[in-house]
Amino acid sequence: MSGLAQSPARAARAPRTVWGLLLRRMLGHRLAIGSLAFLLILSVLAILTPVIEGALGLDANSVALTMRFEGPSAAHLLGTDELGRDLLARLLYGGQVSLFVGIAAALASAVIGTLIGLPAGYYGGKFDAVLMRLTDGVIALPLLPLLIVLAALDLNKLGLPEAVVNDPNMSLYRIIVIIALVGWTTVARLVRGATLSLREREYVLAATAAGAGGLRIMAVHILPNVVSPIIVATTLSVGNVILLESVLSFLGLGIQPPIASWGNMLTGAQELIWNAPELAFYPGLLIFLTVIAFNFLGDGLQDALDPRAIEK
Amino acid sequence: MTRYIAGRLVESVVVLIVMSFVIYALIGLMPGDPIDLMIQSDPRLTPADAARLRAVYGLDKPLAERYLAWAAAALAGDFGNSRLYARPVLDVMPGFLLNTVNLMGLSFVISVAIAIPLGIYAALRQQRAADYVVNLACFAGISVPIFWLALMLIILFAVLIPILPASGVSSVGGGGFLDLARHLVLPVATLTIFSIGSYTRFMRAATIEVMRQDYIRTAFAKGASRGRVVMRHAFRNALVSVVTIVALSFGTLFSGALITETMFAYPGMGKLIFDSVMGNDFNMALVALLFATLVTLLANLGADIAYAWLDPRISYGGGGGRPR
Repeated sequence: MSGLAQSPARAARAPRTVWGLLLRRMLGHRLAIGSLAFLLILSVLAILTPVIEGALGLDANSVALTMRFEGPSAAHLLGTDELGRDLLARLLYGGQVSLFVGIAAALASAVIGTLIGLPAGYYGGKFDAVLMRLTDGVIALPLLPLLIVLAALDLNKLGLPEAVVNDPNMSLYRIIVIIALVGWTTVARLVRGATLSLREREYVLAATAAGAGGLRIMAVHILPNVVSPIIVATTLSVGNVILLESVLSFLGLGIQPPIASWGNMLTGAQELIWNAPELAFYPGLLIFLTVIAFNFLGDGLQDALDPRAIEK
Repeated sequence: MTRYIAGRLVESVVVLIVMSFVIYALIGLMPGDPIDLMIQSDPRLTPADAARLRAVYGLDKPLAERYLAWAAAALAGDFGNSRLYARPVLDVMPGFLLNTVNLMGLSFVISVAIAIPLGIYAALRQQRAADYVVNLACFAGISVPIFWLALMLIILFAVLIPILPASGVSSVGGGGFLDLARHLVLPVATLTIFSIGSYTRFMRAATIEVMRQDYIRTAFAKGASRGRVVMRHAFRNALVSVVTIVALSFGTLFSGALITETMFAYPGMGKLIFDSVMGNDFNMALVALLFATLVTLLANLGADIAYAWLDPRISYGGGGGRPR
């Protein structure tokens, strides 16, 4: 009986919309909320980097060989690197690049994965078998060695126009493309699996009976229902992409100087560990914190979006 | 079951053949070619000489024709010479392979030996402080950039507190067991920290899933002790999915080994691949990459077979659903 007595109060507290429910579940996940706050601050800093640089009177690319390896000071809050450049300014620009590459490549992977997973699950049969064999094949490859080869390719031999090859931001676009080329498999599998069960639902049958074509059913009836696993997988993959970008840049194959990235800031650090070990510390710490924040956020979203989770 | 394995085997061979062509084509797209390298080392070569040399080595032929020539030689056991090591490719590889087996094998055994009990422990204390701490540590292990982890370990244990060597497999001149072991400590620690987080999470998730099953409740109802239920009923069933997923993550472990080997100047397969790609050693890069692909494919095949073998409820056509 006490349960009945409580129910009006409960109904009043219960959120009315899906978004309200989502928000309440997320708020219960403190790590995810903390991570979201951290990532938002980081994004604002990344977007405002040129403004901050101007306000502090810094320049990420000004080389001052007389001021190498300086400790923290009023002019250089975190000191200077092996070429006398301001470490803080370079960290800010590096954050801009890492976040941009991470989000862009994860989104591109999600788009490719959805475009492959949806029709595979919907049409099934031979079509599905071929696409899924392809997906399994890509998953089975040793990822990093392959990325190293892809990153080392000579773009001139691919027949790209000279202007594109010599674009100063080419290393940025290139890394997004090659990571997306191998990163779509998770989303493809998830979407295909979900589509397989969704296409048997009554509302899909009803739409078919009403004369809707395959494209319309996939776009209007199935896609909205597979959005939550896509969001979770994409959030988790941003962290992964940032790790891959940083390691390729560290190896000298990713983002090319003078563009700063957290990975390529560590490239020279291994030779400097004997006289300036602190230079190796900050870029890696920021990669670590950003990746762990995306992982916490993805984990929180997964719990919040899980329809099987019992509302407490 | 036999038919299933045979089918998967054929499939793996097809993937391997396709990949050998893809890798061959990709290597051909890397900067420079063998003739460019000859021109660099001998400035007297004229463009006409270069064209003639390209014809002699068949580099002016179409891609498919060059690939078939390579494949024919490879099938006869001739994979060519390594440019960096000036020896046949197949003579160079075994030494590197042995080092990688040591590194990966040791870290694998250590991480599994810690991850399995830790994952079960966390699962049985779900939503409590201990579980929370284990989970945080796992996330940290998954999120740390492995090259930075290696740098931090080098700075800590080779620079600030110089007790361990920062690179190589052995000291110059030395080569005793203790010396070899000391050189392995930091690389193995790096790779272990890199892989242990995900293994622990797999084990935790699998245990939680299994503990919800009806047969666990039945076992408790029959009066079995908690330890017996966990060890005899839950553990063995949880292991089925963990074995599969761990085998599937072989490629990730190898990628981790590549970075670890590069960071510690440890001469293994990963470093061999990286150095040969960077050093225009086309023959070496091709064979080492193909070998890595082959081993990864075998690990995946092993995962599928282990899954089918460990879980008698699954049957893959042909053999029928005969319970064992």
